[in-house]
Amino acid sequence: MEKEDMKFQEIFSQYNGEREELIPILQDTQAIYGYLPEQAMRAIARFMRIPQSQVYGVATFFGQFYFSRRGKHAIKVCLGTACHVKGAGRLMEAFEREMGIGCGCITDDYSFSLERVNCVGACAIAPVVMVGEDVYGHVESKRVKEVLDIYAKDS
Amino acid sequence: MRKTLEPLRQEAISNWQKLQNFDKPIIMVGAATCGRASGALDVMHAIGDKLKELDIEAIVRQVGCVGMCHSEVLVDIIKPGRPRITYANITPDLSKELVEDYLVHENAREDLAICVSDDTPEDDLQVRVVMRNCGHIDPNSITDYLAQDGYMGLAKALEMTPQEIIDEVKESGLRGRGGGGFPAGRKWESCLRVDADQKYVICNADEGDPGAFMDRSVLEGDPHSVIEGMAIAGYAIGATKGILYVRAEYPLAIRQLKIAIEQAKERNLLGKNILGSGFDFELDIFQGAGAFVCGESTALVLSIEGRRGMPKPLPRPRTSEEGLWGKPTLLNNVKTFACVAQIIHRGTDWFKSIGTENCPGTAVFALTGKINKSGLIEVPMGIQLEKIINDIGGGVAGGRAFKAVQTGGPSGGCLPPEMLNLPVDFDSLTAAGSMMGSGGMVVMDDTTCMVDVARYFLEFSLEESCGQCTPCRAGTEQMLTILNDISQGKGREGDIDLLVEMGEAIIDGSICGLGQSAPNPVLSTIRYFREEYEAHIRNKECPAKACKELITYTIDAEKCSACGRCLKACPSEAITGAKKTPHAIDAEKCDKCGICFTECPDRFAAIQITTGRTENSN
Repeated sequence: MEKEDMKFQEIFSQYNGEREELIPILQDTQAIYGYLPEQAMRAIARFMRIPQSQVYGVATFFGQFYFSRRGKHAIKVCLGTACHVKGAGRLMEAFEREMGIGCGCITDDYSFSLERVNCVGACAIAPVVMVGEDVYGHVESKRVKEVLDIYAKDS
Repeated sequence: MRKTLEPLRQEAISNWQKLQNFDKPIIMVGAATCGRASGALDVMHAIGDKLKELDIEAIVRQVGCVGMCHSEVLVDIIKPGRPRITYANITPDLSKELVEDYLVHENAREDLAICVSDDTPEDDLQVRVVMRNCGHIDPNSITDYLAQDGYMGLAKALEMTPQEIIDEVKESGLRGRGGGGFPAGRKWESCLRVDADQKYVICNADEGDPGAFMDRSVLEGDPHSVIEGMAIAGYAIGATKGILYVRAEYPLAIRQLKIAIEQAKERNLLGKNILGSGFDFELDIFQGAGAFVCGESTALVLSIEGRRGMPKPLPRPRTSEEGLWGKPTLLNNVKTFACVAQIIHRGTDWFKSIGTENCPGTAVFALTGKINKSGLIEVPMGIQLEKIINDIGGGVAGGRAFKAVQTGGPSGGCLPPEMLNLPVDFDSLTAAGSMMGSGGMVVMDDTTCMVDVARYFLEFSLEESCGQCTPCRAGTEQMLTILNDISQGKGREGDIDLLVEMGEAIIDGSICGLGQSAPNPVLSTIRYFREEYEAHIRNKECPAKACKELITYTIDAEKCSACGRCLKACPSEAITGAKKTPHAIDAEKCDKCGICFTECPDRFAAIQITTGRTENSN
């Protein structure tokens, strides 16, 4: 816990606790943990001197924030318009089938999570899948296993 | 102020000319997000390795996106005294071949080249204003930008009075490029009119429309053009602070902007007493946290203040009068700011010579979907839709029939083949039941189901609804329920009229642009493709054969050569058969994933999709 406190202090030291810093603080916190742990939310509320309900109110409003641990590799299937008309819905089903989990879930060993994103802005190479920062274009259902295998070695 | 800029400019121009007349080859790699997704960085490394191996001296530069995303990775090579050659679809291996063949053996590899020119490749129908530098200059080099007349607009503006600048912007007829098309000059003027100790300029770069990525490309490929436009706006309305509101999902754009801001500060093009004019302008980046509704001005402002991005209901003051921290705030889109610098520098007559009378200038579209050449295009306003799709986009992919084009994202609509002669601008698209929006243009063929497309967009709007007003929160959900029923074959007579009635009520009753436009995709598809809705409801048929619940996969035993491919690939183990025994699909087990359809070799084409009531069931 003390170690955790250190991490929070490091983030907070760059801010004054003004209200407009809330979203950047949430972003910095998520950059460290990959999600927003409960104790971080408590610490942020204390630091900002606002009720926890307001911290949660803002954090839950925005799509960027997560409240539970993510998989080591986050598979993000793009369901933007261009991807949708090129069969991203079926591609998502193929990932669900291959990974044995539903969209929004994490594998039991925390190695993978599966999510949807609304557009990664690489529409010309649709359908698109992002794994971490890597972008894969023209992903067909039969390439699902191939993409997963690249990361399976490293988990 | 232009005098103060002159030494910087001369140095930049001489650097640029040195580069153009360099006695060593120059290799440029398009390394914006789409290029990188296709392996641009690997190509760069491969080129670097090969050059080292062959001991060749050359300059390798990273440039932004020229817009030909369909042919990434793009590599341009300029040999001294030769025209620039653009190569498409380059892989790391091909790039090594190319370097050796062209630079050592004088073989220009015409088989890989798509364009030979002294300038950036572009087709005749396109006009580059916003994207003029994208793919042409190194976005991380302010001198590259200065050499293209960069910051000339700002230097000129600083010699004018704020009112003179606003008059120019008004005279140019520039309309906001964020989608609404509100006259920019009028917005600027209302900011100027308000007396306040502090004012703000915000650039909305929170591009959230699924299917649009032009703002990202401008920020990644030519960040200074936006910074310059914002500084001009700041001077014109009397603001000393600017904020770039950028999607957190655009890490590369944020990186390029940070570098560009630093470079501009170092050269006194941002910061205190810009070019000795006495005008101060600071620029910060705010990372948007992923809420589509924050495209609405009051919601965007609230989110910067650290609150939930909930649009304020009318009546309320305009953001230009009472915005961030209650101060007058000018909010414009990336492309609007990118236009401004050039309007000031090149004059209103030049700008008005492009486009139409009511909509001067260009429109940037992300042309995607079932189209041969997908990518970013910039065209004069008023160009016919047909020219965009057939001449620039190369027609519908796979030789299939054009069915519809969707513009304006979740707020827009689908236009049918009859509308192909429509001149494209803000007003004509709105009149046709769609909208310009931020510039997504998704082409659909006969395998795209219009009910499904409408359902898709409505689902998006519902998810992104902030939930504070009932028509948008509950109304879109009810409409979605009806659409889901229709696409599952459970539609009822009267559903179409009900959708229209609800859609119109939601448009009337919602407090912000999200709700007021959320029903558009449904209404426009009903307007132009009503018979497709009717087929779903009356015949339980999906003419595009896309809605899962309404289709059945079967194998034509006569065509099946029992190759076993579909059998092996089927994830539901729904296919039976053996060697020399034609395969068959067990309809009970079939998950309708469509893998068998893609697996079956084209020469057999044995998998068939049927839809609608069969004769037996009638």
